Amino acid sequence: MRRIEAKFAELKKRGEAALIPFVTAGDPDIETTLKILRALEKGGADCIELGIPFSDPTADGPTIQRSSERALKNGLSLPRIFRLVREFRRYSELPVILFGYFNPIFHYGLRKFCRQAAEAGVDGMLCVDLPPEESGELKRWTDDEGLDLIFLLSPTSGSDRIQQVARKGRGFIYYVSVTGVTGARGSFDGQLRSQLARVRKATSLPIGVGFGISTPQQASWIAGLADAAVVGSALVEKIEKAKGSTEKAQGAGRFVAQLKRAMRQIRRVPN
Amino acid sequence: MPALTELERAYAQVRRERTFRKEFQHYLHQYAGRETPLYFAERLTQKLGGAKIYLKREDLCHTGAHKINNTIGQILLARRMGRRRIIAETGAGQHGVATATVAARFGLDCEIFMGKEDVARQSLNVFRMKLLGAKVRVVDSGSQTLKDAMNEALRDWVTNVRDTYYLIGSVAGPHPYPMMVRDFQSVIGQEARRQILKQEGRLPDYLVACVGGGSNSMGLFYPFVRDPKVRMLGVEAAGGGLRTGKHAASILGGDVGVLHGSKSYVLQDDGGQIRETHSIAAGLDYPGVGPELSYLRDRGRVRFVSATDKQAIEAIKFLAEIEGIIPALESAHAIAAVMRLAPRWAKNGTIIINLSGRGDKDMITVADYLGVKL
Repeated sequence: MRRIEAKFAELKKRGEAALIPFVTAGDPDIETTLKILRALEKGGADCIELGIPFSDPTADGPTIQRSSERALKNGLSLPRIFRLVREFRRYSELPVILFGYFNPIFHYGLRKFCRQAAEAGVDGMLCVDLPPEESGELKRWTDDEGLDLIFLLSPTSGSDRIQQVARKGRGFIYYVSVTGVTGARGSFDGQLRSQLARVRKATSLPIGVGFGISTPQQASWIAGLADAAVVGSALVEKIEKAKGSTEKAQGAGRFVAQLKRAMRQIRRVPN
Repeated sequence: MPALTELERAYAQVRRERTFRKEFQHYLHQYAGRETPLYFAERLTQKLGGAKIYLKREDLCHTGAHKINNTIGQILLARRMGRRRIIAETGAGQHGVATATVAARFGLDCEIFMGKEDVARQSLNVFRMKLLGAKVRVVDSGSQTLKDAMNEALRDWVTNVRDTYYLIGSVAGPHPYPMMVRDFQSVIGQEARRQILKQEGRLPDYLVACVGGGSNSMGLFYPFVRDPKVRMLGVEAAGGGLRTGKHAASILGGDVGVLHGSKSYVLQDDGGQIRETHSIAAGLDYPGVGPELSYLRDRGRVRFVSATDKQAIEAIKFLAEIEGIIPALESAHAIAAVMRLAPRWAKNGTIIINLSGRGDKDMITVADYLGVKL
């Protein structure tokens, strides 16, 4: 069984929702990211979402924009991200998902990218500016290499889109909780529960919710509604504010532990 | 994405409607001041000693550039769609001004995104937009120019998608924008075609236009695309020179990539990161180019050359002195290319240059470049 699928199955048995922290690869450098990943695992992360930095991150708010800029300034490249994942794999069996924009991958070569990602131990891929209609070629190579290609749905997605994503998606479905870009928010769309129910009807894949989740309270609320909570900007901001690389990793680990603890307090009924 | 599908549907519908087309024509005529002259530049022709040169005077449009053609079309569409809030990106500020203008005319809220660097070099246009009642949002991320303004406008759009219309000013961005902006700008080529047939009794031999994102060039070229004898020349911004790497020539110096939702030639580095661009003309300072222009280039239908900052400045001075017309820095790139090439072209040939905008907005930049204190 693939790592992502296995992880969701295992959590389901325990009646838990998955916590998926997001960090930008190479922010501020690769060595620190590796330390952070290990701290995230220790803190209770169930899966890692690793951001591939891009010069023009149109789906991201200011926090992740800044983190991408820092990573790029230090010369981050795809081969270095693959090395990072390979290194992480020496210690860990946590699923790793790459989250990025299309152009760097396209420029690198879709086939080469998928092959090298899979060899490095990557499990899934999410390309935020690639709509399912245009994903045919990438999907061919992710399928070939056994990578899960994950798609996004949002509050404005209609039923056609939901059906399409349910058909093409693998691993899980990433539900964007609000209209807009990544970043912490005070509140959520009041209709999240009913919107998730609509998606649930269309798919047997797990559903993860992301964008705007920044506190343990929010994470635990999401744990009651969905199969996973993705926390990005709030974590990236903690990493940004901490001083040295050890402090950054410790802070990230502590924050994830808080989130996970809050999420565990919600009893989920295994079905 | 659902917003794009909705836009595509709405546009497909109005495109067929006679009432919409009539409304569009009405405002082009009564409000933008069309049609614009196709002016025979007699002295320019004599000076260069080659083919006969005509200038399509888009600089005489209301707000001073061709940008108003598209903003009128799109604001009418936005109204049909019931949107109350209009957002737009701008580089030189011409599209921002043209958007703020039509938003004022139709009483809609308007916010313009503009890179910090462009705000500094186009302060006059910033003031104009504010005077027109628009909010100007200064974008300080990335290279602080047009592409970053577009990033920020896209972020705003996905956040406020339910009540906001994003009015893109170039033939770039996701479908249906490149097609829609081309259609609205095609009035330039349709008029030019009629006018040259009347004045010369035949089609032109060359069409020349500057290319940043490509809206003015597509507008001029498109109605001639199926006339194989009409040759087309796009002029990209070579900035400090193509070899210096400090330029904005996406077709001449870029690779195939995907930026802002369209696949086209893109200026990028080895890692597929979008490169910073340089041009003295803020309106050409964009690392991508319309996908249809890339296609026409690949088919060999449109040929591309470039002009440097320095050549553009010389072209402004030249045209000002011999024709009494001060072109925008952007349009000056097209003039510069013709200054170089026209002497080589047959005397009995005709050239139409799209004079896409007037130079008033650039006076501070030009004075600066020439070391003149105002």
